[in-house]
Amino acid sequence: MTTQTVTAARTSRTKERTGTRRFSLGKTIAWCYIGLILLVTLFPFYWMLRTALSNNLALFTDPGSLLPVHFTLGAFARVLGLATQAQAVAEGGSGASLQIGPFLLNSLIYASLSTACTVFFSTIAAYAFARLQWRGRETMFSVFLSALMVPGILTLLPNFVLIKDLGLLNSFGGMVLPTALFSAFNIFFLRQFMLGLSNEIEEAALIDGAGRVRLLFTITVPMTSGPIITLTILNFINAWNDYFWPLLVTSDNSVRPLTLALAVFKQSSPQAQPDWAGLMAATLVAALPMLVIFMIFGKRIVNSIGFTGLK
Amino acid sequence: MMTTITKTRAGRLGKRPPRVRGSINAKAPAHRRDAALAWVLIAPGLVGFVAFVAYPTLRGFYLSFTDFRVLTPPTWTGLDNIIELAHDGVFWNSLLVTVYFVAISVVLGTAISIVTAVILHRLTASSVIRGLIILPFLISGVVAATLWSWMLDAQLGVVNVLVQHVFGHPVMFLTTRAWAIPSIAMISIWKSMGYNAIIIFAGLQTIPSSIYEAGRLDGASEVKMFRYLTLPLLRPILAMVLILSIIGSFQVFDIVQVATRGGPANASKVLQMYIYQKAFGQFDFGYAATMSLALFVVLIVITFLQMRLTRASESDTN
Repeated sequence: MTTQTVTAARTSRTKERTGTRRFSLGKTIAWCYIGLILLVTLFPFYWMLRTALSNNLALFTDPGSLLPVHFTLGAFARVLGLATQAQAVAEGGSGASLQIGPFLLNSLIYASLSTACTVFFSTIAAYAFARLQWRGRETMFSVFLSALMVPGILTLLPNFVLIKDLGLLNSFGGMVLPTALFSAFNIFFLRQFMLGLSNEIEEAALIDGAGRVRLLFTITVPMTSGPIITLTILNFINAWNDYFWPLLVTSDNSVRPLTLALAVFKQSSPQAQPDWAGLMAATLVAALPMLVIFMIFGKRIVNSIGFTGLK
Repeated sequence: MMTTITKTRAGRLGKRPPRVRGSINAKAPAHRRDAALAWVLIAPGLVGFVAFVAYPTLRGFYLSFTDFRVLTPPTWTGLDNIIELAHDGVFWNSLLVTVYFVAISVVLGTAISIVTAVILHRLTASSVIRGLIILPFLISGVVAATLWSWMLDAQLGVVNVLVQHVFGHPVMFLTTRAWAIPSIAMISIWKSMGYNAIIIFAGLQTIPSSIYEAGRLDGASEVKMFRYLTLPLLRPILAMVLILSIIGSFQVFDIVQVATRGGPANASKVLQMYIYQKAFGQFDFGYAATMSLALFVVLIVITFLQMRLTRASESDTN
């Protein structure tokens, strides 16, 4: 009995020791792997900045330099419309340089409008599904959820035709409408949180004579503000980065968002010597709001992505 | 308190009307006008659902069997579009190109995501690192593709500076047939790897650590534990990640549009791009709808097969 225990203890100790050694070697390799992943993930962002701060004409003299070549803010001045034609050409920008200012504004309007509408309408619908008792509730909810099965590719073309028939091409209304009123994921996401709220506060307020609608905005919405903020961020990111749908329904520069302008700018760059510095400055400006959102809400975004997997 | 619990549960099941319970008198008036309000609250959503999901889906099916050029009303042509599709070499080429892209980006992307998630999980709880790896996911495909077009540029791109150092000659990543799709797949992996890794990471966090402790007591190595504990337990999450990646990859568009525009010579003309060109370049909406339908069928079949193969709904524990 005793011998057995001793032997067992000894073997387990040996195992532990070899285990630790192997593990720390493995640990080093693992950290190297993580380092490599981070390098590959983050280096392009640095390269975007490095190029944007370079003089486009000088880029070819030292394409491998880790620092900006002939440091200048000219590329940013160029894309923000602050540089004169002569200045732009002097630094290797094309004569018809990209002025992203108006497109930036369009993106802001499109993303804000789309986000505000979809979050608002999803919130009130989620409230009806989570907090109210009514006949047909579960049926309607399954009907709504069935939308998750329909991929975009099937509805995009018919939706374009519909928006065209409604005369909404080249308008923010047309860009926003298909997602503004209804989003199955948003409703599902908010309903999950609203179901978990306690009834007591609501009931107390009801007895005090408050109406349901007032309850929704004074009690339920504040109590689910966390998930609502998360959804707002996710929807804003999606709308800001959206490319295909705006491409279908807009052709006029007065409403086109920045993603479209950027793609056009990239595609119409001359083959011989594209304005890479200008392009990188423009992409950096396009990515900047996302980077800022990331710095403020990074953890929230990571958690919400985790939720996608666990639902 | 009791009533609260009962009510919540009943509310969640939603089958039993509130009348059945003992507390009717207190609760009934509270929910008396719920139905009217509920319909008002879901009305915008319902309009959106009917107008922009249900109706377009049905219309998409219908348009697939018509000749429709937008300016004139659609005319029913029966199976003509499908017959044309069967004989359309460009379509089959696009399908092949798309499958090639999906294969590279999903297989390689998922593999890297799993390894990254597992290593992160065993190594560190740092939410900063987890945050940093999703950074590429937050920027648009257009930005990612523009950035990588520059980095992969044949003359001045930094990747080619490196390649030239090592191999002595540059690689035309985006302008040769052989490299176009692998390069685009690489950009796509760069953009989505972190996102998938975070989903898998969240799945790993649900596996109780006692299982690993037991494994270690039995003398299992890290690799063995990964093979015989982690992978089987992660099966449902992995299946979901795979299905989401496949569905997303089949509809790739913006990266291709910006990086190669389908070139060189259709070498990277993915299905979504061909559909777009048919619809908005040649205004052949009927045919474009047929191709959308074909893609939809492909996605359904793949999802179904995958659910069967990976038994997505159950992990090996139950």
